[in-house]
Amino acid sequence: MSTPVLDVRGLAHAYPDGHQALYGVDLHVHAGERVALLGPNGAGKTTLVLHLNGILTAGAGSVAVSGLPVTKANLQEIRRRVGIVFQDPDDQLFMPRVRDDVAFGPANLGLRGAALDRRVLEALEQVGMAAYADRPPHHLSFGQRRRVAVATVLAMEPEILVLDEPSSNLDPASRRELAEILESLDVTVLMVTHDLPYALQLCERSVILSDGVVAADAPTRELLSDAALMAAHRLELPYGFDPSHT
Amino acid sequence: MSVGHRLLAPGDSPVHRCPAHLKVLGLLGFMLLVVATPAAWYPAYGGYLLVLAVVIGVARVPPLHLLRRMVVEVPFVVFAIVLPFVAHGEQVEVLGLMVSQPGLVAAGTLLAKATLGVLAGLTLAATTEPHDLLVGLERLRLPSMLVQIMSFMVRYLDVVTDDLRRQHIALSSRGFTARNPRHWPVLARSIGALFIRSFERGERIHLAMLSRGWSGKMPRGMSSEMSNR
Repeated sequence: MSTPVLDVRGLAHAYPDGHQALYGVDLHVHAGERVALLGPNGAGKTTLVLHLNGILTAGAGSVAVSGLPVTKANLQEIRRRVGIVFQDPDDQLFMPRVRDDVAFGPANLGLRGAALDRRVLEALEQVGMAAYADRPPHHLSFGQRRRVAVATVLAMEPEILVLDEPSSNLDPASRRELAEILESLDVTVLMVTHDLPYALQLCERSVILSDGVVAADAPTRELLSDAALMAAHRLELPYGFDPSHT
Repeated sequence: MSVGHRLLAPGDSPVHRCPAHLKVLGLLGFMLLVVATPAAWYPAYGGYLLVLAVVIGVARVPPLHLLRRMVVEVPFVVFAIVLPFVAHGEQVEVLGLMVSQPGLVAAGTLLAKATLGVLAGLTLAATTEPHDLLVGLERLRLPSMLVQIMSFMVRYLDVVTDDLRRQHIALSSRGFTARNPRHWPVLARSIGALFIRSFERGERIHLAMLSRGWSGKMPRGMSSEMSNR
């Protein structure tokens, strides 16, 4: 089998205050896959995500992105390969104009001039926000800001797009629009979410992280249909939602 | 309207069009002159006021716009009113009250200089977009770290004000109104909470920047000057 885009082995992490969040996580994501990372609050999902681009360093175990281990020496290249879209777009968009925000990542990678402009425009076009390039981010709607946040990461041409709660706080129309955008992208996706129908719609495979270990790893529909497994990990489907009938 | 823009009186006058860095230099020169003018040179103060009035007139900034925003001067006014009563020196009688003569002069000077300063500052703010102001400061070779800090301030002022507003609504919804000093501890705690939240947001922004390959300084070719093309 080919080298996985994301190769997490035996990853454990304890915070400086002694609280251990991860107890040996194994996770592989292959090119072109869209994988949902499910789990109750406090399961260690965010901690895991912050290991993927080396913001946190592994206490034990290893993380590799397309074969490149996440180490201090590789950080810059790792952060190009792993694009994280954070939950609150206001944390991600901090420049005076949308265009500057999208340019921030590729400019950190050394892109300049016309090549940078082209990259920015392409990324904005991918999320349907090219018309807003010169607007200040705080004048956009929440859904638009989330889309620009995705563009800021796409502009770095990542090998894997990691989304933290992409559908949170979106109205149903924005939520659907974002789903259409994510489906149109030709990129590997790892999506942290509590929105189980969204996981079913977008991700063929899901992983349940619970108490710092991977508790299940299976096709999404199969996972969501296993009532006992779901209940054991505090996962619940919305009222009236039946995963076998969608 | 964003907080950063609330000071702005949009227009298309020569003052509005003047490059921001020239306006900043003008303001700085004007302020140094005002501060360096000896106490009680009232005709000079009158001259400065006239200069300001001409600039405001040319910029066609509505006087009411400036007047309303001059409330920031209130603390100085309070101090100036107190000064004649607490200063030492020769006492004179004004409206049946015994006040200090040097205190009176100091208060008059303070009031005149503060008013000129506030008015000049407000005029700059009324005629310059916050973003252009940052570009101007950058052009004046202000250290880029300082420009960055200010640009973050402009960007997040609204976010923090929104937090504050929501907090206020949540307090009011539970029947809280700050009427007397007994309520101040609640206000202090809510300001504390706001500080912590803003601090944590700062950390999250930093994480998001690191995640996009930030290495401690703004990439070249990314300054606000470049993006202003």
